[in-house]
Amino acid sequence: MTEIKTDTATGGSGMGRRRFFDVVLGGGIAALAGGILYPVVRFMIPPEQPEAATSMVVAAKVGELAPNTSKMFRFGKDPAILIHTDAGQYRAFSAICTHLDCTVQYRDDLKHIWCACHNGHYDLSGNNIAGPPPTPLAQYDVAVRGDQIIVTRA
Amino acid sequence: MGGRYLRMGMLGALTLAAVIGLHGRTASAASSCITCHLEFDDPAIREPAVKFEEDVHNLRRLGCESCHGGNPAAGAEEGDPELAHDPKMGFRGEPSPGEIPEFCGGCHSNVEFIKQYNPKQRVDQLLEYKSSHHGKLLASGEQRVATCVSCHGVHGILPVKDTRSPVYKTNVAKTCAGCHGDTKLMASFGIPTNQFDLYKSSVHGHKLLEEGDLAAPTCNTCHGNHGATPPGLTSVSNACGECHANNLAYFNESPHKEAFAEMGIGECETCHGHHDVMHPDDDRIGVHEEAFCVRCHSEGDAGYAAAAVMGAGLDSLKRALWAAHEILDRAERGGVNVALGKFDLHSADDAVIKARTGVHYFDTTKFNAIIQTGLAETQNVMALGEEAMHDLWLRRVGLMFTVPVILWVAIALYLRIRRTEREQASNS
Amino acid sequence: MSQQNRRMQIGTWLDERIGWSAIQELAMHKRVPMHRHSIWYYLGGMTLFCFLVQVFTGILLLLYYRPTAEAAFESVEFIMTDVPFGWLVRSLHSWSANLMIFFAFVHMFSVFFMRAYRRPRELTWISGALLLVLSLGFGFSGYLLPWNQLAYFATKVGTDILGEIPLIGEWLLVVARGGEDVTGATLTRFFGVHVAILPMIATFFLLLHLALVQKQGMSVPIGEEYKKAPSMPFLPNFAVRDLVGWTLALGILVLLSSIFPWELGVKADPLAPAPAGIRPEWFFCFMFQTLKYIPGKVFFINGELLGIIGFSLGGLALILVPFLDRKAGREERNVLFTAIGWVVILYIIVFTVLAYVE
Repeated sequence: MTEIKTDTATGGSGMGRRRFFDVVLGGGIAALAGGILYPVVRFMIPPEQPEAATSMVVAAKVGELAPNTSKMFRFGKDPAILIHTDAGQYRAFSAICTHLDCTVQYRDDLKHIWCACHNGHYDLSGNNIAGPPPTPLAQYDVAVRGDQIIVTRA
Repeated sequence: MGGRYLRMGMLGALTLAAVIGLHGRTASAASSCITCHLEFDDPAIREPAVKFEEDVHNLRRLGCESCHGGNPAAGAEEGDPELAHDPKMGFRGEPSPGEIPEFCGGCHSNVEFIKQYNPKQRVDQLLEYKSSHHGKLLASGEQRVATCVSCHGVHGILPVKDTRSPVYKTNVAKTCAGCHGDTKLMASFGIPTNQFDLYKSSVHGHKLLEEGDLAAPTCNTCHGNHGATPPGLTSVSNACGECHANNLAYFNESPHKEAFAEMGIGECETCHGHHDVMHPDDDRIGVHEEAFCVRCHSEGDAGYAAAAVMGAGLDSLKRALWAAHEILDRAERGGVNVALGKFDLHSADDAVIKARTGVHYFDTTKFNAIIQTGLAETQNVMALGEEAMHDLWLRRVGLMFTVPVILWVAIALYLRIRRTEREQASNS
Repeated sequence: MSQQNRRMQIGTWLDERIGWSAIQELAMHKRVPMHRHSIWYYLGGMTLFCFLVQVFTGILLLLYYRPTAEAAFESVEFIMTDVPFGWLVRSLHSWSANLMIFFAFVHMFSVFFMRAYRRPRELTWISGALLLVLSLGFGFSGYLLPWNQLAYFATKVGTDILGEIPLIGEWLLVVARGGEDVTGATLTRFFGVHVAILPMIATFFLLLHLALVQKQGMSVPIGEEYKKAPSMPFLPNFAVRDLVGWTLALGILVLLSSIFPWELGVKADPLAPAPAGIRPEWFFCFMFQTLKYIPGKVFFINGELLGIIGFSLGGLALILVPFLDRKAGREERNVLFTAIGWVVILYIIVFTVLAYVE
């Protein structure tokens, strides 16, 4: 019969203490393992937006915009504007006015882009045609894939 | 009466000469005018021939004879100027200043003629000129005024779009200042001569002359080109309103419109000046020393109270915006993604710009509406920013959990191995 | 059945198939001498720990990183800001990289001073020296991967120096850069080197290095007192102590990553002027600074070339130390080599500091 060795130096209660210590050590190791495993698992699960929305964005779905209307959307941290022209084309631009950075809008009466701050006007190619804006609006590429309208940096 | 016939005759001769000139011209035909005039040393005679090389009229194959008449095909070989200066061919020589508008206008007011060269070009310059101060003075016999050649040059005339032209947008002010900066000349008309200096120091002058922003106005933008005239009281603000449309529109709805009209003072320039209009900093709004408002309003009147409200409102919005920008930047430096917040900040930033224009309502209700929208946006952003900072803080909290665990494991492992070694020692 | 019995049953099962008892014997036989310089024995393990952290965090980063000029910076930004604990994984990777190289240097110097390279451990030293060079290669190739301004220009300068090598310099530069200039092609190439080529080579030499240490046991410094020093079993005694050190190192890494997260900087813009004060990573700085002090031309030789030759000879000497130090082979102390060692340490420290102070 195998005898359970006791540590005579510490006496019978030594077993209990040692067992307790081992449990706590094991617990600590488990906690550490958990503390490593938890972030790793969270890391591996992809975040809601699976990739940075700074170079490509799904701006809208086909059919969402009637002709001669527009939609403001977010491109990275900047506002952008998607326009469904009368002729049926999709155009996308940075919505930051080149004058003093106000957010521009689409005017369906003028059928071009307008900035409310100081009455700047841009045509549907982004060119600054009237008012204080000194340069055209940055234009983005628009592609229709399936039912998605995808905007990418030019 | 005779003058009118003379004018018609000149017109007829001119047209004839132009037609002849056109027909007689080939690309390489050497004009005897140019050939002879180049041979002289006297700059007064030589220069026109030299400068004409670049002249836009020359490039359109119009020669000396198209304006001055005469015969370009004769006189050079023979060495006889009279053959070239042929009055039968309509030679007119150098026109006097008083004659110049009609001289140029002969072609430039002729729709049929000009549209052969540029169908879009205007032909009312002469008409405009006659309505102008310059034109009226000239008509009354005053020769020391600007005529066509004073601004456009003569013999080396370049198209307006050519950057070297004296009437290219960035050169206009200097051209006008050529006369309007001449103190002796302007003294006889009682016109001040500091406009160019004032303009150069102004925000418009800065934008155009130093930054090259062609959207900025210069002399002719407000005063007109050929119909140059000082704008009247209301028309100054109309000139401003051409670009600053919102400011004018709001102003026209504001209590200042009637008040200024009653007082007979200019609308925009009372506060902003005209030639020396500076970029209006935000410290121009409010009730402190530099503000425009306190030039007329004093403590106790309604305008003063409104100014105080507007100044404070703008300040509070700017401060809130600054705080929002600051917290987002801090979060971003800490490594949190704040793209959403920065996106929302755009509309808040818009509010400040709209508020500055909105001052011109001179109505605290309307102004405060803009400020409140901006503040609401800013509050959203602050919330996002605080959330981001909270995320950062959570990381530190996570640290407070992991580091003790790690320390504990390290210590416990060490104690454990020491125990094992004690057991090994007691066993051996 | 009892725990003891179960263990014996598994042991027999494995022994039948893979010779488990022989492996056990190999593992259990190693003992670690305990003397006043034993503390240095921990350093190899520390370096190994950092390497394991690199592999682990590196694999995690691979799940999101994109090795193209258009997307690399954004993907690292994405990891830092959008991926849960991405900031932690990336900062750990950056800090542990530096810590690994630091420990590698200290481990190398401690082994040098303890003459652990002497017979019969020459191969261990050589594999170790190669591992040091490989870790520098890891550092250099990995530095470029975030594709930020600092890294881009540091890489430009670093690869420029390659071009100075006579005869093959031009060719080397083009092969290293994947073209004439530092471009997206360079990034892709460095990525391949960093995650495939170097790991493969390093794993081989690392396993060799560890196997040799395991087989030959720990070396002691030259001298009678060390030969008679008591020893403790590697398993479990020293190994658990190793683990203690690793756990503390983990703690330090976590602290560093949380309190001093690694910066990202701005995206590389080849058209922008080089940022002021460009310098390579700290472990290259002493070489970089030395090159700065060498005059443009020494006699007829290009100054930089002279520097490169000097460092190459130095590297060669490092690898060949066991064969250069004859006295160590005879178990004799060698004051000259000790002195050289201290001079080199002083040189590295002083010149690294100079690079930062200037």
